[in-house]
Amino acid sequence: MKKLSIWLVILLIAVAAPYIVYPIFLMKGLCFALFAVSFNLLLGYTGLLSFGHAAFFGMASYVLGHAMTRWGTTPEIAILAGTLAAGVMGLVFGAIAIRRQGIYFAMVTLALAQMVYFFCLQAPFTHGEDGIQAIPRGALFGLIPLDEPHSLYYLVLAVFAFGCWVVWRAIHSPFGQVLRAIRENEPRATSLGYRTSQFKLAAFILSASLAGLAGATKALVFQLASLTDVDWHTSGEVVLMTLLGGMGTALGPIAGAFVVVGIENWLAELGAWVTIIQGLIFMAVVLLFRKGIIGEAMAYFERSGKKQWKQ
Amino acid sequence: MIGIFGIPIQVLFGQLLLGLINGAFYAVLSLGLALIFGLLNIINFAHGAQYMMGAFIAWLMLTILGISYWPALLLAPLLVGLFGMATERLMLRRLAKLDPLYGLLLTFGLALVIEGLFRQVYGVSGQPYQVPALLQGGVNLGFMYLPIYRGWVVLASLVICLGSWALIEKTRLGALLRAATENPSLVRAFGVNVPVMITATYGFGAALAGLAGVLAAPVYSVNPLMGTNIIITVFAVVVIGGMGSILGSVLTGFGLGLVEGLTKVFYPEASATVIFVIMAVVLLIKPAGLFGKAG
Amino acid sequence: MTLKKVMMLSATLLLAAPAAQAQISDNLVKIGVLNDQSGAYSDLAGKGSVVAAQMAIDDFGGKVHGAKIELISADHQNKPDVGSAIANRWIDVEQVDAIVDVPTSSVALAIQEITRNKDRVHLNSTAGASSLTGEKCSPTMVHWSYDTYAQARGTGTALTKAGGDSWFFITADYAFGNALRDDTMAAVKDAGGKVLGSVSAPFPNTDFSSFLLQAQGSQAKVIGLANAGADTINAIKQAHEFGIDKGGQKLTGLLTFISDIHSLGLETAQGLVLTDSWYWDLNDDTRAWAKRWSAIMGGGRMPTSVQAGVYSAVLHYLRAIDKSGTDEAKKVVDTMKTMPVNDMYTKGGKIRADGRMVHDMYLVQVKKPSESKYPWDYYNILRVIPGEDAFRPLDKGNCPLVSGK
Repeated sequence: MKKLSIWLVILLIAVAAPYIVYPIFLMKGLCFALFAVSFNLLLGYTGLLSFGHAAFFGMASYVLGHAMTRWGTTPEIAILAGTLAAGVMGLVFGAIAIRRQGIYFAMVTLALAQMVYFFCLQAPFTHGEDGIQAIPRGALFGLIPLDEPHSLYYLVLAVFAFGCWVVWRAIHSPFGQVLRAIRENEPRATSLGYRTSQFKLAAFILSASLAGLAGATKALVFQLASLTDVDWHTSGEVVLMTLLGGMGTALGPIAGAFVVVGIENWLAELGAWVTIIQGLIFMAVVLLFRKGIIGEAMAYFERSGKKQWKQ
Repeated sequence: MIGIFGIPIQVLFGQLLLGLINGAFYAVLSLGLALIFGLLNIINFAHGAQYMMGAFIAWLMLTILGISYWPALLLAPLLVGLFGMATERLMLRRLAKLDPLYGLLLTFGLALVIEGLFRQVYGVSGQPYQVPALLQGGVNLGFMYLPIYRGWVVLASLVICLGSWALIEKTRLGALLRAATENPSLVRAFGVNVPVMITATYGFGAALAGLAGVLAAPVYSVNPLMGTNIIITVFAVVVIGGMGSILGSVLTGFGLGLVEGLTKVFYPEASATVIFVIMAVVLLIKPAGLFGKAG
Repeated sequence: MTLKKVMMLSATLLLAAPAAQAQISDNLVKIGVLNDQSGAYSDLAGKGSVVAAQMAIDDFGGKVHGAKIELISADHQNKPDVGSAIANRWIDVEQVDAIVDVPTSSVALAIQEITRNKDRVHLNSTAGASSLTGEKCSPTMVHWSYDTYAQARGTGTALTKAGGDSWFFITADYAFGNALRDDTMAAVKDAGGKVLGSVSAPFPNTDFSSFLLQAQGSQAKVIGLANAGADTINAIKQAHEFGIDKGGQKLTGLLTFISDIHSLGLETAQGLVLTDSWYWDLNDDTRAWAKRWSAIMGGGRMPTSVQAGVYSAVLHYLRAIDKSGTDEAKKVVDTMKTMPVNDMYTKGGKIRADGRMVHDMYLVQVKKPSESKYPWDYYNILRVIPGEDAFRPLDKGNCPLVSGK
């Protein structure tokens, strides 16, 4: 009963939020939160650090942009197209990167992402530096116009919820348990008979697709797809969000995403200070708060819970 | 005029020589990175920032203290090395027992902070730094005009790379260092101060980056973003060469400079991407890198 | 209601109408300077543009029709999504009426869409894309200082006519670089010159030595650098290193500003030919303004042409609000188009139907170190390029406002 009421409260807040907080900020937060959640599936649950996740996020933005402006599709088709494109890329990149472990895996993903960046810089369909601009929001299923930020918000919320649900299901399934086993001790998992490469590849594809889902939705919100989305700084940003929020936790990436998006939003006037602050947060988290915000909070509650119990 | 694929031989030689010069920068930078990773198992993402600091310190020394290029060639790397040692002692040491990915993330954050600070103070336009008088002008080689300074860069890089390699592989100090990183407890039992050696090694790697920065100051724009632009390429060089192999990184650095030079002639738009394509291919065929040890 | 009452009511309303016309939304004119404060264009525009905008507000008097004038600023970091987010928030939440400056064409285009859809003023001084007054033109936008077409025309035509009739291009391989090169190629050919070749360098790029070697090999009289910012600086530095200037070939930066010259130093940049839209040392008016700006800014710098453009744009905007009595975007911009631009930036400048502010441009050459007598004494003015010659003709831009909707 308690759990149900918590969920109801969350639902209420989520539904009422756009009337209290600037909706575009909320939507940006939700898109990046989904991006971070998908990234965490690889990092927190499989133990694979991908340093090029922006490639999936950004390419899906471009695909959506192209679909909406050139093919004139409805938004849900465009979002699907973006997600699919990211998934295919995930398959190709994953197949290449999975062969390596640890640092080498990270470096391979970085290299592949750089190639995607340079491709996007030159390919005519991305319009290079200008990006794909003036992407129309269209009408969902051809019926519900999305120009109003509030209508769009509910779509974004639904997409976010769906993405999180997929990840949650994956984590709390036998599949997820194998992933965690791989994270803890891959040789042991292999010796138990699991074909770890296949599991890692599956996780990679899933993560890439959801990152694509987030990217496509973000392009719809901002009505633009640009090179920033495939830049390695964006890859670094999602690492920051996940780390800051707490990489072993389910809620961590969501919290981390909102904090980072919030910082960017409120400190936009300060220019280079945003980079400096992000760097400092990185360092502080790595040195002092490795569990991240949610992780530390959970640990704190656990400790005080134990104290109470002991008393 | 004889040509290869329509490019006259003269032009080709010129481009190859230029590629070699660029390769010299890659070699010195990847040397530092390979050293730090090979011996300390740390991915030094701050390497680009340390390179940038070397260039900036040289510029600051010139404009504020009137210290010219030659003393700066020694002093700037020293200062960067000291900064590096402080970084290791105060921060990286705490992460020594953890997954090396944490070291990567820490240095990544550090790079953001350093770059941001310099950007905030100095803007991004770049500071003027002239080629030292002794090295100005050029030599007409027939197939191209070679600025003397560029020739000096190649020479200096070769000396630095060979010198470092000899230090690590051929001297007693180097042997101690290699032993200390492979089996610290045993070496410590012999009375060697291992933590100090680790700190000094990181400092040395950082100093190498700073030295590359001073070498670059007269030819590339001294601006806070100069490290970011080059660091990813250097990482690719190190990965291709084999992350533990010093010789591998140096050879790959020069080699990649040549490949890049050739690409600029035949397919210039791709010259920035070619290194990554090679990296992906090498990693598929020989995962440990061209000169790396398997595993 | 009786006829008499109706007539009296109408008369009252008619009399009241003019007073009601002087309507400033929220009783506040809010101007937002959106530019790059920490990246590649922070020296070109950056804080200097904010200072320039504030100077315009102060010189205007700080108030218009009883409404206060407020200035805010933000850093878009050269990213279209950051710029869009800020612009949307400014318009939706912070009642900003005009967005000013906006370097980086990709961001400028994004702001163009937003201001056009939400009916706000966009005064662009620093982005180069000539499509802003072409296919993407907007009824609430004015393009102030320069654009890639004028840069290309200015330098391309003038240099070719002065004897530089064979060209080789080193181009930054992206949309902007290619557009700059194409526009210049057209100008060169129209002036009777030849294009001997072109090489595309990746963007961004640090080492131009191999491309410069190819340019040297072509033996073209002019080497055109179709790039900007750090790329141009690196290319020029390395050209000097490779003795290009000694070999008799002329080097020209197709998009170079005084801030770039400052960071190169005269030793390296001497002899460079370029087109700029304004120079602080042109006449007494410009000098006086520049010294005021420099005192407020601090650091001993002098203003660039785009920062001066921000001043001129904001001043003209405020004058137009004064004249029209409203801050409604379309009306103000229409009024701006009826008034000539007269200030220290230009005399007799005219804003066309497509939003292009047409004014004279200057072909300049960078001085030798021996010729420079005081700080920032960098340019020799070679030629004044009249506005009608510099900018793209009104009918060639494919602007829907011109061709008739």
